[in-house]
Amino acid sequence: MKFGVVVFPGSNCDHDAFYAISSVLNQPVEFIWHQSENLAGCDAVILPGGFSYGDYLRTGAIARFSPVMKSVEKFANAGGLVLGICNGFQILCEAGLLPGALIRNSGLRFICRPVHFRVAQTDTPFTCAAQKGQIIQAPIAHSDGCYTCDPATLAGLESNRQVIFRYTTPDGTNDAAGNPNGAMNNIAGICNRARNVAGLMPHPERAVEAALDSADGLVIFRSLVETLLGAAKATA
Amino acid sequence: MATASTEIKVTPEIAAEHGLSAAEYARVLEILGRAPNITELGIFSVMWSEHCSYKSSKVHLKRLPVRGKLVVQGPGENAGVVDIGDGLVAAFKIESHNHPSYVEPLQGAATGVGGILRDIFTMGARPIAVLDSLRFGPITAGPGVSEEDAARNRRILDGVIRGIGHYGNCFGVPTVGGEVAFEPCYTPNPLVNALALGIAKKDEIFLAKARGTGNPVIYVGAKTGRDGIHGASLLASAEFTEESQQKRPNVQVGDPFMEKLLLEACIEAMRTGAVVAIQDMGAAGLTCSTCEMASRGETGIEIDLARVPQRETGMTPYEIMLSESQERMLLVAEKGRESEVLAVFSKWGLDASIVGEVTAGGLLRVKDHGKLVAEIPAHPLAEEGPVYKRPLAAPAPRNETSADWFQFAAAGANLTENFKKLLASPAIASKRWITEQYDTSVRTNTLAGPGASDAAVVRIKGTPRALALSTDSNSRWCQLNPKLGAMHAVAEAARNVAASGARPIAATNCLNFGSPEKPEVMWQFSESIDGLGEACSALGTPITGGNVSFYNETLGKSIYPTPTIGILGVIDDAANVLKIAFREPGDAIILLDGLSTKPAVRNDESVLRREFSSSEYSKTISSIVAGDPPAIDLAAEKRLQDCLVALANARTLHSAHDIGDGGLAVTLAECCFVSVVARLAVPVLGANITLNAANTPAESLLFGERGARAIVSAPATSVAAILDTARQYGVAATAIGTVTRDASFRVAVNGQPALDSGVDSLRDPWANGLVRAMKIQ
Repeated sequence: MKFGVVVFPGSNCDHDAFYAISSVLNQPVEFIWHQSENLAGCDAVILPGGFSYGDYLRTGAIARFSPVMKSVEKFANAGGLVLGICNGFQILCEAGLLPGALIRNSGLRFICRPVHFRVAQTDTPFTCAAQKGQIIQAPIAHSDGCYTCDPATLAGLESNRQVIFRYTTPDGTNDAAGNPNGAMNNIAGICNRARNVAGLMPHPERAVEAALDSADGLVIFRSLVETLLGAAKATA
Repeated sequence: MATASTEIKVTPEIAAEHGLSAAEYARVLEILGRAPNITELGIFSVMWSEHCSYKSSKVHLKRLPVRGKLVVQGPGENAGVVDIGDGLVAAFKIESHNHPSYVEPLQGAATGVGGILRDIFTMGARPIAVLDSLRFGPITAGPGVSEEDAARNRRILDGVIRGIGHYGNCFGVPTVGGEVAFEPCYTPNPLVNALALGIAKKDEIFLAKARGTGNPVIYVGAKTGRDGIHGASLLASAEFTEESQQKRPNVQVGDPFMEKLLLEACIEAMRTGAVVAIQDMGAAGLTCSTCEMASRGETGIEIDLARVPQRETGMTPYEIMLSESQERMLLVAEKGRESEVLAVFSKWGLDASIVGEVTAGGLLRVKDHGKLVAEIPAHPLAEEGPVYKRPLAAPAPRNETSADWFQFAAAGANLTENFKKLLASPAIASKRWITEQYDTSVRTNTLAGPGASDAAVVRIKGTPRALALSTDSNSRWCQLNPKLGAMHAVAEAARNVAASGARPIAATNCLNFGSPEKPEVMWQFSESIDGLGEACSALGTPITGGNVSFYNETLGKSIYPTPTIGILGVIDDAANVLKIAFREPGDAIILLDGLSTKPAVRNDESVLRREFSSSEYSKTISSIVAGDPPAIDLAAEKRLQDCLVALANARTLHSAHDIGDGGLAVTLAECCFVSVVARLAVPVLGANITLNAANTPAESLLFGERGARAIVSAPATSVAAILDTARQYGVAATAIGTVTRDASFRVAVNGQPALDSGVDSLRDPWANGLVRAMKIQ
């Protein structure tokens, strides 16, 4: 099993994802330079947070044309596991690997604070180690996190159970009150129809140790590890 | 010596327009043995400006303590460096970007952050934290503050915090702390002081010393443009811009994305082992980086401007040498290995160009397409600039009488409404609206972000350690008494660091003052230096660097003297971090007081009134700013700090919070408020407090800001051990109450209730005071 963390120019959560996987989960991981033509044999690829290409033009708009994205697309279409966090989520939307777009927060300001979100679906490689309804505390840190799409896409996301993370209050009673950025249907994260590509705005890699105020984010990485271990067992 | 044919002949008048005095110009003639050409004049004027040469402050800065057993690099390099154990060092420094932030708040503040980050990674250290010390004019209208001024101050504040966020968030460094304060003197001259901290291996620190004759000099990063030529370091001079297309705005525009690439590329290039020296191009750009590197390395440097990557065409040597375009670095590589360095910058998509080489003989030689355009001995240019011992004059005594001082309320008065007013004042209210616009958790090292602990705390991965940082300055106190005010700034910063569980080890300072040409300002400066020196010596925190910002004045009116101090501390075991929040109902609340041995003056009512008139409460409640700051006892401060660190290491405490602005009552309330913020699911905790001090007015006890005190909480079973430890350190410890579950806040003074309220109704003005003042829905 090997994880890959893509490094775009301007990625700045690449080290954090790397650290969470290597030092907290003790799993093999390597950086993949954005000009790389391949994914170095990785079994799961993470597009980290940051400001790829300075977020110029539009978040993720330039990064999607990086050479490595061709390989990521091929990998995803072949069923490979791809997780986009924050800027990574924005890139996946720009690349068309996930539907919809992330637009400017409703408050028109950058927001960094711990938020809570509910695991809405557990039948994905990103959430299989979680309990349905489990509430995760992790920070957000973005200007453009307001998930938006057309009504038909939104209906499709809901009916196909592709909304896997939904903002809520700490006790899970009021989703709208927990929504920090105006995202439609309080969407914090979604997956594609095939359920092998996912993106979320909160930073699970910043919530992997009690010393950081929350270790809740680990369950997302553990889900990936379990999925890959299961896949390895199945092919063995 | 050839001169460019297009150039203007330099006369003493043109030199004067460049800000060089007759004596300074005579010295230029002496150094060169001839008249300078216009490019050379520009180079001298910028290097000998107040900003770059420290000509008015040098004689005073010498009095600061700069040595210590942990100091690896003191003042004089891009940043100070201290040993933090485990083979690691911390590089840190604070710098001002005041004037640009007034002219263009967003870009001014952004490039301030960019500049200080470059100073850190120039040393080979990866930046891991930023703090900002900000001063604005009042953001609400009131006595002496028009709504127009307040609205402008709000716009400046908004722009500044957006700028800080814009740069730091994109760069990927957490902005973990700092402070914000408001005084009318900052309306036409806000202060933006940014501090950055970085980490490096001790044997991998880079210095800016050009060594090795024949080694190539490489320019990397953004292209050079006409921006910032008449920036902070040089006075505008119409004669020289008539021919250029137009005057560009003097504030540079920052590109944090470029800086992020520059960081990664520089760190990677340094790892090749082929980099000999490196310096960022900040104020005075290419001029400063070339002559300072040559001077420190006792070498010369020769460059050809034709090879400097340029953003626009037709730039003159004068413009290229004086440009302050951002995100640029100059480095010296080992001859024969330049391709390794160039390859790294190419990988990151950055311009890198060999612009010249290190030479013997100590000359800075600048060519343009092979033609010599400037030739100046580097060392005299960089190090032998003018030094002034400017006249000092103490201001006339204020001759206050007791009628000018705060009048305490009668015994038994209920002070709850005043307390709410104080909590809502922007200086005291929660700064969460600001700090939420900064990325505080990137790099996953933040153990205590803004407001969680008295100091910002970041861990060092791969070691058990963490570093704590605090910036402080009480300019109102410095205005009333510069020396005492400066001492309090150091004591407060160190106390904050100790209250997070860290041992204070070193300091950095940013000295913001008015015009050095005014004897009263120089007196304030000199007094402040004495205060900083005395306090830093007593508290064991040598000053490792910083900057001086003079000329903070508008229409002849100076700002309050504002020496901002940043103190760094080390926590040996990151698990011992102390935070502000009360944790458990039933815990004992203990007041620690290092001043226990000097109680003599405390009961004299006129002394109390005089000292109280300088407090935040006095200013907020009765608009009185007078008297003198509280007396300081540095030995008592030291005792308290040592005691706090010992208690942290013993893991006896559940919380610690120093008593600062707003006094004991604000401190206690914040311990309750933060318990809600930090752990959203926990019920609100309250406090039940009893204070007894015969003959002391309740307001003095509750809101007085005397130093060397802290509030700690701990399980009742630990109280005896805490009192015992306090005794060992010579600190008075008094159990004054308990943490309660009923969400009420009650303080009785001398048997009579003085504050009595639900925590929620106190928390509301505190939590929302700033947002309401900003008039943001």
